[in-house]
Amino acid sequence: MTRSGTRSTVPADVPVQLAHGDVALSGRPVLRGVDLTVNRGEFVALMGANGSGKSTLVRTLVGLNPLSAGRLELFGRGLGSFHDWSRVGYVPQRSTATGGVPASVWEVVASGRLTHRKLLRPLRSADRAAIRAALEVVGMAAYAHRGVAQLSGGQHQRVLIARALAGRPELLLLDEPTAGVDLPNQQALAAALGRLKDDGATIVLVAHELGPLAPLIDRAVVMRDGRKAYDGPPLSDADVHAQGFDAGHVHCDDAQAPVPNPAVPTPLKEL
Amino acid sequence: MSLLELFSVPFMQRALIAAFLVGIAAPAVGTYIVQRRLALMGDGIGHVAVTGVAIGLWTQTSPTWTAVVVAIAGAVVIEVVRERGHAEGDVALAMLFYGGLAGGVFVTGLAGTGASRLQEFLFGSILTISVDDLLVTMALSVVLILICVGLSPQLFAVSQDPDYAKVAGLPVRFYSILVAVLAALSVVIAMRTVGLLLVSALMVVPVAIVQQLTRSFRMTLLGAMGAGLVASVGGLVLAAALSRTGANVQPGPSIVLVALAGFFLVWPIGAWLRRRRALVAPFPETSPEENPVDEAHPHHHGEKCGHVAVEHGDHVDYIHDGHRHAAHVGAEGEHYDEH
Repeated sequence: MTRSGTRSTVPADVPVQLAHGDVALSGRPVLRGVDLTVNRGEFVALMGANGSGKSTLVRTLVGLNPLSAGRLELFGRGLGSFHDWSRVGYVPQRSTATGGVPASVWEVVASGRLTHRKLLRPLRSADRAAIRAALEVVGMAAYAHRGVAQLSGGQHQRVLIARALAGRPELLLLDEPTAGVDLPNQQALAAALGRLKDDGATIVLVAHELGPLAPLIDRAVVMRDGRKAYDGPPLSDADVHAQGFDAGHVHCDDAQAPVPNPAVPTPLKEL
Repeated sequence: MSLLELFSVPFMQRALIAAFLVGIAAPAVGTYIVQRRLALMGDGIGHVAVTGVAIGLWTQTSPTWTAVVVAIAGAVVIEVVRERGHAEGDVALAMLFYGGLAGGVFVTGLAGTGASRLQEFLFGSILTISVDDLLVTMALSVVLILICVGLSPQLFAVSQDPDYAKVAGLPVRFYSILVAVLAALSVVIAMRTVGLLLVSALMVVPVAIVQQLTRSFRMTLLGAMGAGLVASVGGLVLAAALSRTGANVQPGPSIVLVALAGFFLVWPIGAWLRRRRALVAPFPETSPEENPVDEAHPHHHGEKCGHVAVEHGDHVDYIHDGHRHAAHVGAEGEHYDEH
């Protein structure tokens, strides 16, 4: 099915298409020549070491970082002409999402309905139903009237996911949802994402370690030093860290430096 | 003149109307300012507005309108510097504050007006408010209140999590500048009430009072408007009552002191609530080991036993002498486990 009126290089049902994407933050090139296509219904994990560019990439995909070169299309439309933000759900890193005034779980999740609401209108019953359903999916319905400041890290993370789900997105992008989250909360999170995946959602997730999410992943993309180092079937956590994706590469002027030999574990790595 | 007779005097009635509306409007804007962690923004705008007032005095035009223009310009500059997030941003803001205050005093000198005229704006002079000024104050207050309440879903989302709001397709920059402009307008309407140097107190202290008790943004916003109203009218009445004893107490400082007194009155209740919430925060849902309590249990734990009840997975633990007791039905009847 192609939509008329979308003059585009990709069909309208490809959620994410990034071609030759370069991103510079404060003048420093961070992402270089990244190609990434995410097809409908795929569950993609973006992996890599700290500073490899995986968070920068996911922020670029939702338009928070401008491209210095290349082209990004969401659902077949260039970013500049894409306005259908109700189809996209975004879960930022937890540390960015706090205010200086109390806010209840319900209120935070309700802001996920803003893509569907008109100005100066109260919540309709459809909005309330969507908020309740989103809280059910992440198992936080009993906490609706608690303040977000009273929640544990894992519970707060689930609230941010519920906020994204309340907008009923077709494409969900999550930035490090498992960072600093204990195992029971990671399992609750995996269960919630599993239900979404079964409902046909497209999911892109940044993770350092997959843990309980591993069985859900269709495809892994490993970033290294701002470039895509691997794109294919899922890898185990051990593979990602062992196959040299973590290690820095050697420049000509570093040629004197000893080349790390992966066969000989250094004492630090053992720790 | 009795206190009741004082309320029948026209200047006092004008002052009461102004205090009523400003007391509601300033904390409404202040809630968003505090949510954005910019509690000192009102002080900054207040300092810059001094120059605006001075320009009005110098050019013999309305100090209110010149203050509006300069305060909005200052607020937008503060917002742009904040958005850029430069490391030296706070130094740039500090210089803007000093420049605003020094410029105001300097221009007042150029105008040849006495410092007493400027002082009306620095510390408030709600009793000398004219009918024209009152009408402007009323109109702006109503606009501020309507925007703060009507756009609260959008302003809440933008102030709580700007990144998320941007991905939700909201015009984040527009709303951020709108909050800065609202702050500038509330500084101007409050300058006649509490004065430019104390204006931020009326925006921030009511929020600080109620957020000790509230858990939701909506209750904080409405509560702050109520607390601001009580402090503003209460402070004015206090000043008027004291003036009958021969003292010369200005309403501005007494409004701020009433607000601060409210904060310290509520503080013990807030501290107790915070402790209470920390105590009943649920324990993590792990499968507990069964450790039967050895000694015979003197009573059954329940709603009325007086021990703190804490959710723990699918059951409830009771805090008993520093232990966590959970009822457990075994083969030989009910006993308590140590969780």
